[in-house]
Amino acid sequence: MTTAPAALRTRSLLAGFGSTAVLQAIDLTIPERQITAFIGPSGCGKSTLLRCFNRMNDHLAGFFRNGEVLVHGRDAYDPSFPLEELRSQVGMVFQKPNPFPQSIARNVSFGPRMAGVRDPAVLAELVEASLRRAQLWDEVKDRLHASAFELSGGQQQRLCIARALASGPQILLLDEPASALDPIATAKLEETILELSREVTIVLVTHNLQQAARVAHRTAFLYLGKLIEEGETAAMFAAPRERLTEEYLTGRFG
Amino acid sequence: MERRIEQELEGLKGLLLTMAGEVERQLALAVRAVVERDDAAASAVIAGDVGIDQREIEVDRRIIELIVRERPLARDLRLVITAGKIAPDLERVADHAVNIAEQALLLNRQPPLKPFVIMPRMARLASAMVRDAISAFVAGDAAAARRVVAQDDEVDAMHEEIFRELLTYMMEDARTIPRALALLLIARSLERVADQATNISEQVVYLVEGEDIRHQRPEGGRD
Repeated sequence: MTTAPAALRTRSLLAGFGSTAVLQAIDLTIPERQITAFIGPSGCGKSTLLRCFNRMNDHLAGFFRNGEVLVHGRDAYDPSFPLEELRSQVGMVFQKPNPFPQSIARNVSFGPRMAGVRDPAVLAELVEASLRRAQLWDEVKDRLHASAFELSGGQQQRLCIARALASGPQILLLDEPASALDPIATAKLEETILELSREVTIVLVTHNLQQAARVAHRTAFLYLGKLIEEGETAAMFAAPRERLTEEYLTGRFG
Repeated sequence: MERRIEQELEGLKGLLLTMAGEVERQLALAVRAVVERDDAAASAVIAGDVGIDQREIEVDRRIIELIVRERPLARDLRLVITAGKIAPDLERVADHAVNIAEQALLLNRQPPLKPFVIMPRMARLASAMVRDAISAFVAGDAAAARRVVAQDDEVDAMHEEIFRELLTYMMEDARTIPRALALLLIARSLERVADQATNISEQVVYLVEGEDIRHQRPEGGRD
């Protein structure tokens, strides 16, 4: 499994805000076209780590970083790597669905339009393809011009995935994407994520250990800003190597 | 913080401990049936087997409930899986006790072939291995479990010795064959009991260390 090419990689990554280091010396390799889950108690740094991969932390007050973040081998923080290009390669979906106050179709075509695509036929094709990949097409194909707010929470979240996919990312970052969804919508979202992982690398931050167990091929456990353990999910959840992981998984803290 | 799952796991361990105690009594009774030529003991073993089977089912039910309710992970998960594997091992030990009791009933109808020398020692050791394996499980003691595994060779050696000795009886006098065979089957059962204890101990090592040590023994092992 680890022999798969690396989609993302950090080397001695240290990051934080103001005078507080949130991440300490993270060395992590995330293989291509697999789902990797980040788990750990609140404040362990998993969201900060996730946001390093598409530089979402940059505009936050007092953010600092040291060490490398490589996206398909390329330094994400290299000044010659345009941010727009990085973000089109590394898409992101957040905890709460955040559709734009526009139609379903325009939500999906937003990225490509921003990137300068004007041809309506091309845009229409992108909208359909992205909605299909997000497994939302069949549910919305007859109302593409309806407001995105008409969709249920789970559908909105899949719309956000479709919107991210429309820019053609090879990597998708998901920050607790199911935390606001009911079990059925969660199951549907997980199914979508699993299907997508055939073609896209997915990094998933989750508080739900069962969710990590269900969908993640690999899991990384973070605690107090350190990467404690990383490995195949089933192996880690059955027999973690580290005592801290053991204690977290069995609910002794966290 | 007292975890709710802790109580459930303790309950499961307790149930296995109870089952182990019952199985141990069955085995002791079966050995007595042979050594003391006690038909009543043999009949009691045969009648008591239903209770052990029921226990095994009870353990299974408890395990399913625990998985559904608590969704155990890591060590908790290994404990539940280990318990699920130990119960059938214990049940099989009880089956061997029944086999021994059945042979005792046959033997007791004929004059003794020879005085018992190795057999009672072998029975004590095999029985102690089961007891120690279960104690290691309850205490989560991998070192103790490994010591049980190491004792298996001793039981195997005794089995070998009994086999050779009985062979000489059978070669000298064909009329001893039915009794010698019955004794051989008993020795074979005891050897299997030690194997079950070894299985249990290997599971305990997995439980504690997360490492699977099955099928690692050099040539001469079972399997």
